[in-house]
Amino acid sequence: MKIGVPKETIAGENRVAMTPESAGMLQKLGYECLIQSKAGEAAGFNDEDYEAAGVKIIKTAASLWKEADIIAKVRIPTETELKRLTKDKTLITFFNPGGNEEGLELAKSKGATVIAMEMVPRISRAQKMDALSSMANIAGYRAVIEAGNNFGRFFTGQVTAAGKVPPAKVLVVGAGVAGLAAIGTSTSLGAITYAFDVRPEVAEQVESMGAEFVYLDFEEEQEDGAATGGYASVSSPEFREAQLAKFRELAPEVDIVITTALIPNREAPELWTEDMVEAMKPGSVIVDLAAEKGGNCKLTKMDEKIVTPNGVTIIGYTDFPSRMATQSSTLYANNIRHMMTDLTPDKDGQINVNMDDDVIRGATVTHQGEITFPPPPPKTQAIAAQKKPEPPKELTPEEKRAQEIAAFKKETKTQATLLGIGGALILLAGLFAPASFMQHFIVFVLAVFVGFQVIWNVSHSLHTPLMAVTNAISSIIILGALMQIGSGSVLIVVLAAVSVFMAGINIFGGFLVTRRMLAMFQKS
Amino acid sequence: MEYGFTTAAYVVAAVLFILSLGGLSGQESAKRAVWYGIVGMALAVIATLIGPGAGLWLLSIVLVAAGGIIGFYVAKRVQMTEMPQLVAAMHSLVGLAAVFVGYNAHIEIGRVAEIMAVAPTSLNEAGLDTWLGEQGLGTFGKLISHKTTAELNILKVELFLGIFIGAVTFTGSVIAYGKLAGKVTSAAKKLPGGHVLNAGAAIISLIGLFWYVGSGELLPLAIMTVAALFIGYHLIMGIGGADMPVVVSMLNSYSGWAAAAIGFSLGNDLLIVVGALVGSSGAILSYIMCKAMNRSFISVILGGFGGPAGEQMEIEGEQKPIDAEGVAQSLKDADSVIIVPGYGMAVAQAQNAVSDLTKKLRGMGKEVRFAIHPVAGRLPGHMNVLLAEAKVPYDIVLEMEEINDDFPDTDVVIVIGSNDIVNPAAQEDPNSPIAGMPVLEVWKAKDVFVSKRGQGTGYSGIENPLFYKDNTRMFYGDAKDSVTQLLSLLD
Repeated sequence: MKIGVPKETIAGENRVAMTPESAGMLQKLGYECLIQSKAGEAAGFNDEDYEAAGVKIIKTAASLWKEADIIAKVRIPTETELKRLTKDKTLITFFNPGGNEEGLELAKSKGATVIAMEMVPRISRAQKMDALSSMANIAGYRAVIEAGNNFGRFFTGQVTAAGKVPPAKVLVVGAGVAGLAAIGTSTSLGAITYAFDVRPEVAEQVESMGAEFVYLDFEEEQEDGAATGGYASVSSPEFREAQLAKFRELAPEVDIVITTALIPNREAPELWTEDMVEAMKPGSVIVDLAAEKGGNCKLTKMDEKIVTPNGVTIIGYTDFPSRMATQSSTLYANNIRHMMTDLTPDKDGQINVNMDDDVIRGATVTHQGEITFPPPPPKTQAIAAQKKPEPPKELTPEEKRAQEIAAFKKETKTQATLLGIGGALILLAGLFAPASFMQHFIVFVLAVFVGFQVIWNVSHSLHTPLMAVTNAISSIIILGALMQIGSGSVLIVVLAAVSVFMAGINIFGGFLVTRRMLAMFQKS
Repeated sequence: MEYGFTTAAYVVAAVLFILSLGGLSGQESAKRAVWYGIVGMALAVIATLIGPGAGLWLLSIVLVAAGGIIGFYVAKRVQMTEMPQLVAAMHSLVGLAAVFVGYNAHIEIGRVAEIMAVAPTSLNEAGLDTWLGEQGLGTFGKLISHKTTAELNILKVELFLGIFIGAVTFTGSVIAYGKLAGKVTSAAKKLPGGHVLNAGAAIISLIGLFWYVGSGELLPLAIMTVAALFIGYHLIMGIGGADMPVVVSMLNSYSGWAAAAIGFSLGNDLLIVVGALVGSSGAILSYIMCKAMNRSFISVILGGFGGPAGEQMEIEGEQKPIDAEGVAQSLKDADSVIIVPGYGMAVAQAQNAVSDLTKKLRGMGKEVRFAIHPVAGRLPGHMNVLLAEAKVPYDIVLEMEEINDDFPDTDVVIVIGSNDIVNPAAQEDPNSPIAGMPVLEVWKAKDVFVSKRGQGTGYSGIENPLFYKDNTRMFYGDAKDSVTQLLSLLD
């Protein structure tokens, strides 16, 4: 089958759904690759690069849509594009099925299969095709770079010959993929980074990226992120109040605010209010990654950069990935390529939309003339539910003391019982056994006792030498054979001789091998 | 030579043996401790040779020397990775020797009884001894001749036990050797009937004991020997490869008890002392190993994991592979590295490559340490010996308790050929067969690389969720080749 990639029609969109590298991988799956002329130019991939990778260049969008069986693109398809679909075609793209009913209806009426990249479920197996995450990663990075571009100071604190420069303070709100990428970029530029998220379980991830997690002084049962597939959910009004109070406290301090808070299929929550913007220092920068959904700051204007009267720059761009088209195309093309790998289990160049597969089922929004959106909940949860650890009870000193005494008493009791039973058994044996046996028995018991005392001190790393050496000395059985070898009976002599011989092997072998091993242990 | 001298020599030898075991508490003192053992053994053998009762000196010395040459040759030649097999093979020799010595004691009882029956009644005690000497009885024979009926019965019980334990040790060790050397399938196999067969054989042996004490005939002894040989075979056949550390230390213990039992029957205190030392040493080792696997000794001996307790947690995700370049890059960026070796490293003979890698990384100023789980490998302490052979300094080779808390602060963990000992299911899944077993918490590190031959569950057949974790990358391929590749990429 043929995979075709048209040039993106929306103005300002620089990305492309196939790179020469991903084309090579797709060809390995058995597909023939087509691309519209100049489709990759804005992302830094020339037609010649594609040709060199074995991709066929098609002049116009119309003939490409006609010739290809599978069309991969980036942006939500326009009506014209959707009209070009036919029954046996498959379209892989961002589709926004939740807010694109006309698109869904149109695709359904055409009978085509549409796979929406944003619907890939958030499970580990599907991470490699999670285009939202790869785009969010880029957006997070770029947000910091844009902020730096509009910020008049260094990120990192410096002491120079010309004077001291304080480090910039960055607050990242929302620690999703974009937020974490922003945290990483910002800390590596040297800024002091704070981060906030409504899901307390991400605090660990935030701290692992080198930022400080902003904890709220708030007592409430937090809803577990696991219940919502790893996404944030709407929080209670009380919680929101506590959160805003904390932000108000931080606003005069921070130089750069990056907000990334989005709740699926809802307007972005307002987190950075006007009074906070007013409280910020002149020259501060706000980058609102939620601008597309109305913004986390109400002053944000979508796709624009504004400067407030008190000198705070608010950036509301929504095309961060497109601003880094080479990087984002590479990642997106890889996501597409992984999706194709899952769609082509036999690597024979034939697409197989397996609706029993959680990932493919989730992403497919129309199939065989049916709208298959929204998908049923996935069989597996995105992340394991958090267990509430039982807080260990703090013991008062008296209780501890009591426990220790109890433990001591218990130990004394077991020891006394064991000694009592053991002693009684030995006494019982002594009543019946002859004295000569008891003599040896005393030796035996003492030796076992000494053995237990000594062996506990042997270090773990020397257990193999211990086995070798006990093996060697267990050939002490040779003494028995030596005592018998002088007997008059031929049979005894033969058996004893064989025993002496075997024990001889053991003595020398055991000791030598132990020595060899011990000689190897060296200190650095 | 006087009897007193022999006893004195025995006392000294016993002290030396105790010192020899005690010295193993530290690497440096251990080097001295082996010499105590060697001197003790030499002293014991010489004292017995020149002491009363021994004859055929020349033959004895020739035999010891001949055995010694073989032992010497084996010890020089053996690969450190083959250590488990060697130890098992040597246990079988001790077991067999115990059986022979036990039979000798039985035959001697018969001879003494015959001779005593025709002994002239006119002789006093000293005269009787001389007369018995003329009849060709050694010290042991004379010893028996002085025994009362009760003492004779105890003697019979003792030698019976000696033969029983010796026989179990013998076949058990042979099977253990076969399993460790890969000559017998390492899977747990049982004949139909399972433990009933073992129990049956044990009951037969017990009946044999009463029969033997009553009659003193050879037949019950022979029947018991066959039953014991069967128990040894069947018991060890039923234990899977992953439990081998317990099996080997258990056989070690048995060989000691066999020696002790024979010591009782021969009335030789040194045999008793040493047998008891070895027996208790093996018992403690088995206990430590079982504890490290969070399993009771009984369940290990009875073999198998005893079926999972319920539905096991399903593992979500996939194993993500990585190539040598990726691993090398992470290693270059890392400050602290922990290497977790397992049996796979021994199989691939990768210890020298690992040691080179360690040297190289340490040369680059990185902190490299080794984390050793108590049951890594097929022998207690197996990994320590392999790493020592490859000249990894022992002070960077740490035990589980010493290093487990350091994983969260570690950049890179490399798992080489181990599986169950790094399985998070032991902590996360209460239904896992290994639930509760202490494991190395490698998944808490930033990056984990698992060097493994391929996908698959490994020895115990338990799925390992570690391989599916987000920070885990699978570095497929033979461990030695993989590490060697890394070496060239780290320049």
